[in-house]
Amino acid sequence: MKKYFHFICLLLLSPLFLLAQSKTGSLLIKNGTVLTITKGNLSNTDVLIVDGKIKQIGANITAPAGVKTIDATGKFVMPGIIDAHSHIGIDAVNEASNPITSEVAVGDALNPMDIGIYRALAGGTTSSHAMHGSANAIGGQCQTIKHRYGTMNPEDLRMEGAPRTIKFALGENPKRVHGEGRGIQPRTRMGVEQVIRKGLDEARNYAAAVKKYQEEKKTNPNALPPTYNRRSEVLAGVLSGDILIHCHSYRADEILMMLNVCKDYGIKKITFQHVNEGFKVAPELAKFGASASVFADWWAYKFEVYYSTAYNAAILTKNGVLTSINSDSPDYIRHLYHEAAKTQRYGGLTDEEALALITINPAKQLGIENRVGSLEVGKEADVVIFDNHPLSIYAVPQVTIVDGIIRFDRQNDADDQRLEVDPIKAIATYSRAKHDVEDDRCLDGVFEINLDWFKNE
Amino acid sequence: MKNKLIAALAMLLLVGTLRAQVASANKGVFLLTNATIETITKGVVKGSILIQDGKIAGLGANLIAPANAKVIDCSGLTLYPGLIDAGTKIGIGEISAVSVSNDFDEVGELAPQMQALTAVNPSSPAIAVTRVGGVTTALTVPGGSGRFPGTAALINLVGYTPDQMYTGFKGIVLEFPTSAGGNRFFDQRSDEDRKKDEEKAQKRLTDIWAQALLYSKIDSASAGNPSTKPQFNPEMAALMPVVRGQMTLLVEVDKAEDIESAIKWVQARKIKKVIFTGVSEGWRVADKLAKANIPVITGPVIDLPTRTSDRYDRPYANPGLMKKAGVKVAIRSNSTENARNLPFHAGFAAAYGMGREEALRAITIVPAELLGVADHLGSLEVGKSATLFASSGDPMEPRSQIVHVFIDGWQIPLDSRHIQLYQEFLKRSPGVDK
Repeated sequence: MKKYFHFICLLLLSPLFLLAQSKTGSLLIKNGTVLTITKGNLSNTDVLIVDGKIKQIGANITAPAGVKTIDATGKFVMPGIIDAHSHIGIDAVNEASNPITSEVAVGDALNPMDIGIYRALAGGTTSSHAMHGSANAIGGQCQTIKHRYGTMNPEDLRMEGAPRTIKFALGENPKRVHGEGRGIQPRTRMGVEQVIRKGLDEARNYAAAVKKYQEEKKTNPNALPPTYNRRSEVLAGVLSGDILIHCHSYRADEILMMLNVCKDYGIKKITFQHVNEGFKVAPELAKFGASASVFADWWAYKFEVYYSTAYNAAILTKNGVLTSINSDSPDYIRHLYHEAAKTQRYGGLTDEEALALITINPAKQLGIENRVGSLEVGKEADVVIFDNHPLSIYAVPQVTIVDGIIRFDRQNDADDQRLEVDPIKAIATYSRAKHDVEDDRCLDGVFEINLDWFKNE
Repeated sequence: MKNKLIAALAMLLLVGTLRAQVASANKGVFLLTNATIETITKGVVKGSILIQDGKIAGLGANLIAPANAKVIDCSGLTLYPGLIDAGTKIGIGEISAVSVSNDFDEVGELAPQMQALTAVNPSSPAIAVTRVGGVTTALTVPGGSGRFPGTAALINLVGYTPDQMYTGFKGIVLEFPTSAGGNRFFDQRSDEDRKKDEEKAQKRLTDIWAQALLYSKIDSASAGNPSTKPQFNPEMAALMPVVRGQMTLLVEVDKAEDIESAIKWVQARKIKKVIFTGVSEGWRVADKLAKANIPVITGPVIDLPTRTSDRYDRPYANPGLMKKAGVKVAIRSNSTENARNLPFHAGFAAAYGMGREEALRAITIVPAELLGVADHLGSLEVGKSATLFASSGDPMEPRSQIVHVFIDGWQIPLDSRHIQLYQEFLKRSPGVDK
């Protein structure tokens, strides 16, 4: 037995195990109302999934041998919901030790055992953008993940091939953490701009030095490379457009500032996150081609969101800004369909517009729209089945599918879905997750380093 | 620190001057015709509602409009009683991250004499934001750090003074001692230490109650002889109506074990006028709550489970599970700026087992009964306050539009900061060009 144990340990530690392909599955979803998002609504329609991809959408499809059928009669079938701003599935949110930390990546701290991933699936959310926090003007790299709950391998969470992304943050949070908390720039919105410009300047110089070295090397074997600098290397990727900026922001002035920075450095793609005052500069955002990822109705939890409106998503959408609704919360990620529905009360968006806010639009913001975000043949089979129309308050997600595998099943799942079970206590310890939005997940990890300052506050 | 305070005060002044003015309410005689009327207590009726002197003067088919009545055609609309959010910080909480803008958490373990009503700011923008969504009435509740943090007050969301807004209920808040942990970083006590602290807190609470009882007895005994009155103690004086059973005790309690302790504690003192609030783990001990005949105001419903081992939908199902066990259940948002989401909290409860009818009752007639104001609020009946709204559909459905709101007969303008910003910026002028 003992020698097998060693063998198993070796197997578990082998790189082959880490590189294992994520599992895929095959399923036939029969006779549902299919909300494709990009190609209209189809009633009494089947969706055939083979090996994790959508193979066929149509009537009277028969299941290939060995493929399980789900009866969706009277139910609504839509693409898995995508959250462009979450902090689930990661063990670290803020590297709050410097106003610029582009060298770190939350993808290095993935935690597949986070119960939040299962709870997100129970709300129909199949992918999310696990983001670095907002402590720093230029934060760490983020990670687009698929909610493959059940795996113990952190690598399985990564959505392989998704574009790289990075968090920037404007306004109160970097001001509080660094200016007020640590007595270094930025303490003002002026400082935030200059911290960002300095970081990008350094990256531009670094990229030029690397390029110069590569040229020189062709003729001079003794050419010296510049000192390696991961921080600038990553930001050079931002300048080249390989890494997409997702910028935490609230006020109209700071949004305009960041648009100017983008123009000056030739950055074409940017998604503003939260962007509560985006509605005030919707024409500028539309003209630049910047997109916005917003809350449905959060406001007044801090001063920079006091002059907000729940009509933000509607104003942005109607002004031609690509808009999504995100959670930034382990609670809200479970009911983004309901958050999207609020745009019907506040601004009267159509069903199609409202559902796009949580599917194809966030997919575009993350650069994964060719793979997920709508139900189309050839796309990845991330699907959620609701008993009622997903924009109704009475909608309850029934089954959630990732890559053709059922990862949530309301009827059949056991209550306790922890992967990490306490061997002593069958019922976990009570831990009241504070509901209040001021318990800002974007500032997770900051309390530790700024403890004294917070106690004085 | 001083600079920070000055900056914060300056900011607040700025808030005052920048606040856009929401239009005033109108009072008069109104006849809402051709409506579907969901009375809550007496079924669904087709017909009209006559509003006069702030009250529902008539309800039903074939109502004749008085000559001075303004007739509002409600074809295709449904009328509902104003929704009651029996747990908010409306008026006493402004911007959560700006501590000087908040007035709900006074210093001191024992501060029952603190009056939420005193600190209600009738111009808080959240008031208009909330009422245009059909939430017309809110219990505003002090709390945060004290054991007895103050006296909650029920307000209607119309008026320019707290007294105009007050609508008939006050209750003393008790934050029941808990063995649960606090903030995940600051509270690093061991389970044993938490248990010890809880026991200590319970003993202290028991002592406070005994003192209040004694104070009350001496006060009663000295009724005929003022010279023997106890030395005035504002905390004890504030607790007197509760220990005498004349005023409701609102016991904030969430964790299952704490709920059980609270039931025992309340029963041992034969406290009759008591409501448990929060009660997020009520489903775990629903039978015990039912047996003790203690009603609850629960919420938020749209919330995370309290334990990682719990089924994902427990918070959604909690009101329905308690109701099924025989507990009288009202639903609250426990919010300040987003109390407008009250009907959505009820909607989630409805979808996850409570059913639409009971969920609607849980934000209308049930809180009215629990707070002792069902004589004028909570349902559409002749003689009750004209506190109601018209909706294009089920008010728990996000797509429904609230199109008329009346509070105490005042016609409320459908105006709020959120609506004003929408109107100003939907088609911004100038746009991108100067």
